[in-house]
Amino acid sequence: MTSAPSPTAGPITVAVIGNPNTGKSTLFTALTGIHSRIGNYPGVTVEKKIAKFQFNDREIRLVDLPGTYSLSPRSLDEMVSVEVLLGRQAEVGKIDVVVCIADASNLERNLYLTSQILDLGLPTVLVLNMWDVAVSRGVTIEAEALSKKLGIRVVPCEAHRHRQIDDVKRAILSAAGQSVISPPRVFPPEFYEEGLRLQSILKGWGDPDVPFYVAERMLLDVGGQVETSFTARFPAQLPDELNCARERLKANGFRVPSAEAKARYAWVRETLTGVLTTPAERPATRSDRLDQWLTHRTWGLLAFAFIMFAVFQSISTFASPLMSYCEMGQQAVGEFVGSWMAPGPFRSLVVDGVIAGVGGILIFLPQICFLFLFIALLEDCGYMARAAFLMDKLMTKVGLSGKSFVPLMSSFACAIPGIMATRTIENRRDRMVTILVAPLMSCSARFPVYTLMIVAFIPNIKWLSGWISLHGILFFGMTFLGAAIAIPIAWLFKKTLFRGETPPFVMELPGYKWPSPHIVLNRVYDRARAFVARAGTLIFATSILIWAASYFPADHSRQYQIEDQIDQMRATVQSELSQQAELEAAQKALPESDAAERTVLDQKLADLQPRLEPLNKLIEEKNAISEHLLETSYLGRVGKTIEPVVKPLGWDWRIGVGVLASFPAREVIVSTLGTIYSLGGDVDESHTGLHHALQNSKWQDGRPVYTIPVALSIMVFFALCAQCVSTLMVIRRETNSWKWSLFTFAYMTALAYIGALATFQIGTWITAV
Amino acid sequence: MKTLNDLRQPGQRGEILDVTGDDAVAVRLMEMGLTEGAEIELVGFAPLGDPIEFLIRGYRLSLRKAEAARVAIEVL
Repeated sequence: MTSAPSPTAGPITVAVIGNPNTGKSTLFTALTGIHSRIGNYPGVTVEKKIAKFQFNDREIRLVDLPGTYSLSPRSLDEMVSVEVLLGRQAEVGKIDVVVCIADASNLERNLYLTSQILDLGLPTVLVLNMWDVAVSRGVTIEAEALSKKLGIRVVPCEAHRHRQIDDVKRAILSAAGQSVISPPRVFPPEFYEEGLRLQSILKGWGDPDVPFYVAERMLLDVGGQVETSFTARFPAQLPDELNCARERLKANGFRVPSAEAKARYAWVRETLTGVLTTPAERPATRSDRLDQWLTHRTWGLLAFAFIMFAVFQSISTFASPLMSYCEMGQQAVGEFVGSWMAPGPFRSLVVDGVIAGVGGILIFLPQICFLFLFIALLEDCGYMARAAFLMDKLMTKVGLSGKSFVPLMSSFACAIPGIMATRTIENRRDRMVTILVAPLMSCSARFPVYTLMIVAFIPNIKWLSGWISLHGILFFGMTFLGAAIAIPIAWLFKKTLFRGETPPFVMELPGYKWPSPHIVLNRVYDRARAFVARAGTLIFATSILIWAASYFPADHSRQYQIEDQIDQMRATVQSELSQQAELEAAQKALPESDAAERTVLDQKLADLQPRLEPLNKLIEEKNAISEHLLETSYLGRVGKTIEPVVKPLGWDWRIGVGVLASFPAREVIVSTLGTIYSLGGDVDESHTGLHHALQNSKWQDGRPVYTIPVALSIMVFFALCAQCVSTLMVIRRETNSWKWSLFTFAYMTALAYIGALATFQIGTWITAV
Repeated sequence: MKTLNDLRQPGQRGEILDVTGDDAVAVRLMEMGLTEGAEIELVGFAPLGDPIEFLIRGYRLSLRKAEAARVAIEVL
């Protein structure tokens, strides 16, 4: 082992790899600080994370690889790590040093991956993290002796306390001076002969650069990713060659694939003899005692239910007010900017397009951050694995695994963090199905639609002295409709698109630990940034597009004239307007019983009306013009064109336009309906004027448009549709393909249409009977 | 032949003899340390009786009954 410093002083590229739950991300941030570049490797869903730091005047580039228990790739995603380590990933380049991080308190299993890493022949540093946990469990490790046996640098470390971080940096630097290491010979000599032989055969077929590790994986992984991709290149010759090679190995007592694990664990045992001493009886740790409660049949479930309840309760307590601040902020900024600009297409673009578009992105942020905060906390402290353990049996009935539960549960608040949280599901098919059904969970953006329809059209019948109400039942039903539909849909996807044998549920239950605020906040920041930077631009673009469709090609000059007049009029009656606002506020604050005071206030308000009358007239006229403009816009025309399509759902063109306009986000339908019914766009779901307008809306023959079946059909549509650009963008990001966003949109829209159609037709039939 | 599913009481131990099959599931189980000669202890069951939690090579591992059935053991 030579440790002469490298003569070239360019940056050192270091790959960091290790088992899950070893504190890899803690070490990564401890080494580099929080700034890292995040992207995707081309063609796969693996996240590429690279960060740099300086040490002793050398620049060190750290590449984070996904946590894994072994380096035997079974899919393209898993292949990424191997390609990066072998220097065959163009965007990363040659790897100078591998940092393999292991849990010191659980060294035996961790060294399995280490032994595979050593086969790569790269200069390696083994970091024994969580040294303090090992010590507290009575485990002792002779790091020096281990280093001698392995022929690499071994560094004890406590990354979460930022201890021995410089030792790791020094070890990286000195390992970088090394050219190669000679891997320990874990397998019998016959195996290495077969590997070399395979290499030369491939050379004969025209591929001279197959690293030994790739040949090794080709022999060892029956049906693995390496075998698959090479068979695709040499379909005629390779299967026979591999079969013969494996048969020869078997004749020598080396049975593929089981021989690898046996050989490596035997090597691990032998390596650890004289290095590792563990107490004869494993002492019951605090983590074990905690687990007796948290995975208990009864108490475990209760604790889980309580934790989920607390998460949702705190989201509604903390995130909802922030969301309404976002909304208020957007309005205030819109009004402020609007007041500085003359009415015209540019003002409309800025206020209704740009500011509304940015607002539409920001409004999701509080929820995303809060949900991700909780998800990151649960993950980092080790509880997430317990949640999966508790919920697994239930989820297997749908064809998913326990790991899908928390992402789907989170989607009840917002599908965006839910979809982002599916990264912990390592099985691709499970993860894809979870992503595809997550948007069916009833998120908070559906609530305004439900509220509008239920309050305006459904009589609030109460039973059991008000304990049960029809409104309550409907809200409950709508909330769980999506989840109920998701069950057969998930099952169907598992049977068709993502068919295959049930993936194993082989999951480590890591020891509990205090979550590191640094890691948790960093993860929240990463996700929020990813959402704003990558999904945000596209969400923004869609908002502008919808704005343009609803603005052009109509002639807006009359509207601007009136807006000008309104602005002037407002200035003249400013004192009356503020008086009116004060009186209305006072009236709201008044207790129901105070009838006398109420009449006084009513009288005062009525006295103000004559002065405000001209302004109100103008606003009415403006709203009427806005309605007409929307009707004649591209969006309105499309709405009218598709009326025959939505008519079977009981809808008129106005609802059609509302649905089209709400493509960026579901709740937009409320303000669109406000515009269509001449009330202006700044109404909300509890606006009684909007309720009346809907109730009075008529078909040409005088029948009311909105009947109970129509209201239900709209609600069912919005429960099942994919009117949320953010979700579609996040699906694209997480699956690294537009295909799945389009698929989600298509299947959910079809589902929503069929659901709404059935609701309306059955509802009409029932009311007719 | 006894399998991991024959461990019924928390604290009961077994020695692993073999993992049946050559498929990805079998390989995964072996990679996680379920190889011949390793000692394994039952820790407990999830609320609906499945999955099951074990202690192996000093760490806790949960398996479904379907996977546990593939691990042949000798009850200690």
